[in-house]
Amino acid sequence: MAKHHVTTTVNGDPVEYLCESEQTLLDCLRDELDLIGAKEGCSSGDCGACSVLIDGRLVCSCLVLGVEAEGKEVETIEGMAQGDELHPLQRKFLEHAALQCGICTPGVLIAAKALLAKNPDPTETQVRYWLAGNLCRCTGYDKIVRAVMDAAAEMRGA
Amino acid sequence: MQERVKKPQFDVVGTRPVRPDGVDKVTGRAKYGADLKMAGQLVGKVLRSPHAHARIKSIDVSKALALPGVKAVVTAEDFPGQPSEFIPAGEGVVNYRDMTSNVMARAKVLYEGHAVAAVAALNEKTALAALDAIKVEYEVLPHVIDEMEAIKPGAPILHEDMITTGVTPAPTKASNIAKRVEFVLGDAAKGFGEADLIVEREFKTKAVHQGYIEPHACLASASEDGSAELWVTTQGHWVVRAYCAKLLGWEIGKIRVTSSEIGGGFGGKTVVYLEPLALALSKKTRRPVKMVMSREEVFKASGPTSGGTVKVKMGVKKDGRITAAEAEITLQAGAFQGSPVQPACMCAFANYDLENVKVVGYDVVSNRPKVAAYRAPGGPISTYGVESVVDEIAEKLGMCPIELRLKNAAKEGTRAAYGPKFGPVGLIECLEAAKESDHWKAPLGPNQGRGLAAGFWFNIGGETTVSLQLNEDGTLTLMAGTPDIGGLRASLCMMAAEELKMDVSKIRPIIADTSSLGYNFLTGGSRSTFSSGMATVEAARSIVKQACGRAAKLWDIPEEAVTFEDGMIRPAGENAGKHKPMSLSDIAKVAGKTGGAIVGYAAISAQGAAPSFGVHIADTEVDPGTGKVTVTRYTAIQDAGKAIHPSYVEGQYQGGAVQGIGWALNEEYIYGADGKLQNAGFLDYRVPVASDLPMIDTIIIEVPNPRHPYGVRGIGETPIVPPMAAIGASVRRASGVRFFELPMSPPKVLKAMKAAGKA
Repeated sequence: MAKHHVTTTVNGDPVEYLCESEQTLLDCLRDELDLIGAKEGCSSGDCGACSVLIDGRLVCSCLVLGVEAEGKEVETIEGMAQGDELHPLQRKFLEHAALQCGICTPGVLIAAKALLAKNPDPTETQVRYWLAGNLCRCTGYDKIVRAVMDAAAEMRGA
Repeated sequence: MQERVKKPQFDVVGTRPVRPDGVDKVTGRAKYGADLKMAGQLVGKVLRSPHAHARIKSIDVSKALALPGVKAVVTAEDFPGQPSEFIPAGEGVVNYRDMTSNVMARAKVLYEGHAVAAVAALNEKTALAALDAIKVEYEVLPHVIDEMEAIKPGAPILHEDMITTGVTPAPTKASNIAKRVEFVLGDAAKGFGEADLIVEREFKTKAVHQGYIEPHACLASASEDGSAELWVTTQGHWVVRAYCAKLLGWEIGKIRVTSSEIGGGFGGKTVVYLEPLALALSKKTRRPVKMVMSREEVFKASGPTSGGTVKVKMGVKKDGRITAAEAEITLQAGAFQGSPVQPACMCAFANYDLENVKVVGYDVVSNRPKVAAYRAPGGPISTYGVESVVDEIAEKLGMCPIELRLKNAAKEGTRAAYGPKFGPVGLIECLEAAKESDHWKAPLGPNQGRGLAAGFWFNIGGETTVSLQLNEDGTLTLMAGTPDIGGLRASLCMMAAEELKMDVSKIRPIIADTSSLGYNFLTGGSRSTFSSGMATVEAARSIVKQACGRAAKLWDIPEEAVTFEDGMIRPAGENAGKHKPMSLSDIAKVAGKTGGAIVGYAAISAQGAAPSFGVHIADTEVDPGTGKVTVTRYTAIQDAGKAIHPSYVEGQYQGGAVQGIGWALNEEYIYGADGKLQNAGFLDYRVPVASDLPMIDTIIIEVPNPRHPYGVRGIGETPIVPPMAAIGASVRRASGVRFFELPMSPPKVLKAMKAAGKA
């Protein structure tokens, strides 16, 4: 069976890959493009470790097919920092010790970025509900929520 | 967040620098178990039992091997049989006969998900097709899931040769009870005779999974010359090396194991599942073999912790002094013996200074996956029962739960029922901090209640090796061997920086592979900051000594006449002569000319691990319409000895508390009548999510451990011990109903409230 040829944009770069019909976007990112920042925790859309943005929309890349990325703009954790400059969310995660093992961190950061794009001034409750699709087993979420709120404040210039 | 950390008397220890492995983890660069690729690698997959209990009559792999792209199949025949012997391994023991039968079923499958065969193929699709093509003929046997059913006469027997140990005279017939343990102090019957009030209750807890977000994963490459490399997500790569060598019959020195970044473990990554299979497949194919578990496999085939039945009886005087305590603890081991019943028994009454104690435990096998360690293995289960009874006693006596505990609290000099006398411990300090906290004094709303419970964990030390290299430019490279799950590298660099009076950012740490450093026991027993910290300090002091020796050589004075002060190497006094002080950097630059590289090396067996006590306060609100319990406020208070990096200490308190909240309210293994797990996924096995929780406040108490250079106690496990009882006590006050079974999920709570006329 012939593979599909997909032309898409990942973190601003034009890329092409070949994939099977049933291959997920997560597998394409990891196996075809060697972008290993998105993680597979469940492959059922329950843990959020594979979160990426497609045309600005937050998705679990394990629930998206590789072929669906055709002509889209995909953003992964690898595209979050600009050169030497970490994104304020990344910096605040480090300052607040908002990660322990770090496996959920790329997905949480992508999800938090999508939240702040929609709502630059979220309440604690809004942060908690937005991140409810990103499981973290280490931190109990306390420092994650604080880091997101602090990054939001900094980005607003508050 | 309330801060009780004393003003640091150190320059680095007690501060909160950014962790050295942090940037890699927020940029997606960090490599975990499934993140490595090798040229020509194959995909390995495991065929698993669809039955809870069955005899394997035959396995036919010929059709699978005939598929194009299938390179190899392994079954139990590829792994030599092992004798049954128990080998000490940190907080538990291992038995290689059981281990080899667990990684690949021999003769019988003992649980749904038990590995039966493994294949290596060019790609995942072909590997899955190969699994379908393997024909296994089973003779299905009756199964048993519940531990109390498993001990009944006539229950299906898992192991026909299992004779209960710890019973005199030894039974003549096989049963599912692997062993009986007993701990006795004083005379419990006499103590109950002196009691004014006796409370006796039975509690049930369900099996729960560690729930690490990263599934088990490894990449193995075995060479024609008999050597092999293994990349694996694990809590202990030396332990993985030893297990694989034993199971495969290979030489230890020929296997090089590298631990990847580890995406959570909590005890569950202290054993092997895929690793020996991947190595065996790689040996057969002479190609790298990568294996990754699915989430369903993680739930069905990797270790949860035990569910169990805990009977507790406690007697007390009217003034609150406990006169006697008894418990009987029956824990699920899964398909092979080795539940954490022993530590569960030892923990049960460790919070208290008691004269009369009797604890009996039973380790029971049933048709479930073999349990693995989970954060303070066994402790949360027995403590849930005991602390719930203590809360009920406080209620019946009309006493404050903190005062009752203060009256009986374990302290320095207390003889624990399991044997040792405690050194300095911080339980009283934690209880006092709870009493003084804003949380304890805050008002409650309607349908809300507040509960409190204490918890204990032993903590261990053990074999540890650290190497610290002074580089030519004065920077340092630190090599440790205990995998870093939540900030270890930061803490080790901080201790080294403190010793060497240098900027912590000048020290770059790695977790070394098994061929680069001496033996390290695994990260477990809350030992890594304690033990690797102790070794780091020894290695740093060795660097100082060597540097002083080099200066002595340069200055042509005796080594004793050189001292290290304020980060500089100086002549010790006027008699030593006038020499310009040198920094470690200065010494590093001339190391080559003064004797070669300066390397501090410490290979120790860390002694003097000290227990950590904690006290948690939980507020809950119970919805009388639905039975849903919401945690509205939570405070975790615990003795850290000394918090090296307070943020990561708080993180352990918070994370452990939340795992306990999940255990208390939602998490459970649910089995059907067919013996199959019905909720092997994160949708149905409900771990806490961000919107379930409030902030988790922390109070760090510091009663230094006199046996550690910085006073460190292990702190990772204790935080999961108190939550279930704290929440149970809180739900009791919020709902008016006392619960004796976990999880306190909405249907159960609603039913009980209705029965009690409270909903």
